[in-house]
Amino acid sequence: MNGAVFAAVYLRDLRLAWRRRVEAALPVAFFIVAASLFPLGVGPEPQMLRQIAPGVVWVCALLAAMLSMPPLFAADLADGSLEQLLLAPDAALAVAAAKAAAHWTISGAPLVVAAPLLGLLLGLPSEELPVLFVSLILGTPVLSLLGGVGAALTLGLRSAGMLIVLIVLPLAIPALIFGTGAVAAVDAGQSPSGHLSLLGALLIACGLGAPVATGAALRIALE
Amino acid sequence: MTTPEPLPPSPRRPPALRLVDVACRRGERVLFTGLNETLGPGELLWLRGGNGRGKTSLLRLVAGLAAPEHGRILWDDIPVRRNPAFQRDLVYVAHTNALKDDLSAAEALAFLARVHGRDASPAAVRAALARFGLASRERAPVRSLSQGLRRRVSLSRLALAPEPGLWVLDEPFDSLDIGATTTLHEVLDAHRAHGGSVLLTSHHLPLSVDAAGHALPAPRTLDLDALVAAQSAATAAGAGAATAPAGIA
Repeated sequence: MNGAVFAAVYLRDLRLAWRRRVEAALPVAFFIVAASLFPLGVGPEPQMLRQIAPGVVWVCALLAAMLSMPPLFAADLADGSLEQLLLAPDAALAVAAAKAAAHWTISGAPLVVAAPLLGLLLGLPSEELPVLFVSLILGTPVLSLLGGVGAALTLGLRSAGMLIVLIVLPLAIPALIFGTGAVAAVDAGQSPSGHLSLLGALLIACGLGAPVATGAALRIALE
Repeated sequence: MTTPEPLPPSPRRPPALRLVDVACRRGERVLFTGLNETLGPGELLWLRGGNGRGKTSLLRLVAGLAAPEHGRILWDDIPVRRNPAFQRDLVYVAHTNALKDDLSAAEALAFLARVHGRDASPAAVRAALARFGLASRERAPVRSLSQGLRRRVSLSRLALAPEPGLWVLDEPFDSLDIGATTTLHEVLDAHRAHGGSVLLTSHHLPLSVDAAGHALPAPRTLDLDALVAAQSAATAAGAGAATAPAGIA
């Protein structure tokens, strides 16, 4: 992999996000607003909220990650940057990996930080909060990596936003199951390590496979 | 992981670009076929043709962004899409400027330099921008620059390329004023004098200013309209010859 390209793209994306801080904060704002709608919608019974809390936090994180996906490559395609990035034969992989890493840093990490607060809001017991936190640390990079594949596959299409969600959500189901399962296991008095190990395995598999698929999709999109 | 470092100037003779029987297709339409051309060191090839004739498509093929429908595109006798040396030798300035609105001119240029493995040090970037008259604008956000100034920032990449390689330029003179046009001519001449080659599209004939008195080969023209016209005439003649016996019978 081309390390110089990876570093350049990653740092540039962070700098661009910093210059547009409000825009970069939108996914986490959506995450908080969407998750706080649930107590209003399903009623304030503490028992009920506590039970659905891991699922609510995870689904909202999933949707927030997907909402910030469409412009991932589209902006670079529109202004010609993507063409320049992919001139080198080996650069596609580095670009795909850097974009996913930057997306996680900008959109995923704030979700991870905000999740325990939402857990508290929904009445999750304090011993389950660290597990929720860890499950999101392992799970949100998976979402960024899978979302990168979706964003690259739908590059140049008009209704890309909706298509990305439709492509990626089914792929993200395992992460959702193991992520919420880890918290539910603690609730049931069991160890969450099995679920977290599977989530970690999922992250490794996506880390190895998704950038390759994204890179190939980017090349096809530019042909 | 490799670290970005400026490429040392090499004394080697720059290689030639060869197009062998190249055909290009966009969707269902075959734009041109049977294109043979060689672009040697020091040469400038002016690519002409009407709108939609495939000028930009051909430039993208040469840059290795797309694969030709048929034929081969060789740099140093190795296909461009599988030639690591080609990326080091190539500067491709597309119709789009590839500048981010939120970066300053210097940041945008440094990013492109870094990605392409060129010297991205502040001093080199400043010198390149100054070459195109942008010394006072290096900290200005790209968003605030006019179309012509953005074009100049994009073209400043040429001043960052130390190696005599291949420059592929899509309408480089677009929205440039007279001063910048002259600068670009000078930069192109200096590049060719060092053994570099240039493939460009333009609405106007690129002149060789040749102020420094280099003995440069005159710019050559590749006319896609003429190529397509000659081929359809040949096909018609071929078809006529094939049907002629039937007509006689």
